Amino acid sequence: MAEDKEMVSIYIMGKQYRVPYGVTIMKAMEYAGYRFIRGCGCRGGVCGACGTVYRKPGDFRLKVGLACQTVVEDGMHLTQIPFYPANKATYNLEELTPTLATLLRHYPEMARCLGCNSCTRICPQELQVMDYMAAAQRGDIARTAHMSFDCIMCGLCASRCPAEIVQYNVALLARRLYGRHVAPRAEHLARRVEEIRAGKFDAEIERLMKMDRAELQRLYDARDIEP
Amino acid sequence: MRLPYFPGCTLYTRARGLDYSTRAALAALGIELEELPNWTCCGTAFPLAQDNYMGMVAAARILASAARYNGRLVTVCSFCYHVLKRVNHCIKNDVEARRKLNDYLEQDYGGETVPVHPLEILKHDVGWEALRARARGRLKGLKVVCYYGCLLVRPATEMAFDDPENPTLMEEFAAALGAEPVSFPQRTACCGSYQVLHAYDVVASRGREILAGAAAHGAQALITSCPLCQFNLDWLQGRGEGTVSPALPVLYFTQLLGTALELPLDGLGFESHYIDPRPLLLGN
Repeated sequence: MAEDKEMVSIYIMGKQYRVPYGVTIMKAMEYAGYRFIRGCGCRGGVCGACGTVYRKPGDFRLKVGLACQTVVEDGMHLTQIPFYPANKATYNLEELTPTLATLLRHYPEMARCLGCNSCTRICPQELQVMDYMAAAQRGDIARTAHMSFDCIMCGLCASRCPAEIVQYNVALLARRLYGRHVAPRAEHLARRVEEIRAGKFDAEIERLMKMDRAELQRLYDARDIEP
Repeated sequence: MRLPYFPGCTLYTRARGLDYSTRAALAALGIELEELPNWTCCGTAFPLAQDNYMGMVAAARILASAARYNGRLVTVCSFCYHVLKRVNHCIKNDVEARRKLNDYLEQDYGGETVPVHPLEILKHDVGWEALRARARGRLKGLKVVCYYGCLLVRPATEMAFDDPENPTLMEEFAAALGAEPVSFPQRTACCGSYQVLHAYDVVASRGREILAGAAAHGAQALITSCPLCQFNLDWLQGRGEGTVSPALPVLYFTQLLGTALELPLDGLGFESHYIDPRPLLLGN
């Protein structure tokens, strides 16, 4: 019985494995003998490389998670979808205008959206994917950019879309258009770059570089930590 | 009075003028439109196959999301109004469609929301008499044709908007504003719609027929509630292919309303028109 508490059964692409209770899907797969050369990146839930779909017994719903963040459960059936062969436009951002026409020219398939909401249901970041695509379809670049900001580009939305839309690439284009052509320029940043170029911080850097380790350590420990 | 409002995608882009003028004119009459917090495309075309439930999903979700306002949902684009009204009719009357859509959307919606068009609000909530009192003769003598197109009035059993062959709602509206509505044979004809993408010649010949019919009856302007009718008829003339001279300004009925209520013309979205209606409106 003790062993049962420590180990759980999971099914990786249909094959059963006994793996330790409480580990992440990624650790469990490595425990089972898989070695990642793709489908694994930061291991910290940020990079979006390890999108995984799974089901649990007695539930028809498909669930999703990042393999590096999702803890295994007994009876879990899973497979990773780390990459999806999705349409990706190339463009020169400088030459584009932040309009609906730009989005449609690069991703004409986005007009095929039927509003089925499969993208929102699958998103491991719990973004309102259908709603940001609705904003994109009406040329609201700013809303698309803001609503999609936490996208980690895992591609699961595109894997589920019956209209073959690549939501995350459309959103990426919208965020780029917003950043380059819509959002106000950061004047303070330009000023700071000028100050750096003019040598305002040279003496301070120079002082830090000459500091001995103990003094540097003390300074580091006493630093201001942003909330 | 505050009413929930579904603008529709085109009103965010090409048909900005329809959105601006609808909000501004209704606000001037004491009706504030509150845009739904989240909305998607309505689907644009009502599915022709009875069991194409996928094509009704978006509209069903929009209608259900408006149900919490316990009543009406205002929409002005002829396409959106057409789709929302027909999908709602389907949900109300087709048990199978209602069950399928509710199962998929995980909601329990029985068609409680009532999609309404601003022309209906103007008639029933504001009233022609009140409108007549508010319009101050700015449009006096202006001859307008009221172009319903196809989506507002047909199919009559589902749209229940006005007589499908001989509607009068828009003429009553224009008359209440002090303009002079003139009838013409193409009032409920189709402009060629989205065939403009595939068969431009068809749309151009339909457009020329509609414009010629209006001009032959002495019209100085044409009013519509459909962004695609407006675009097709206006763009045709902008390309110099309209054949009526002088060119006939094509306005949204709400722009005519805003003008009659003496709202600033700058806020009514005329700047995107190919044939600028402002010289005509200011001349009156």
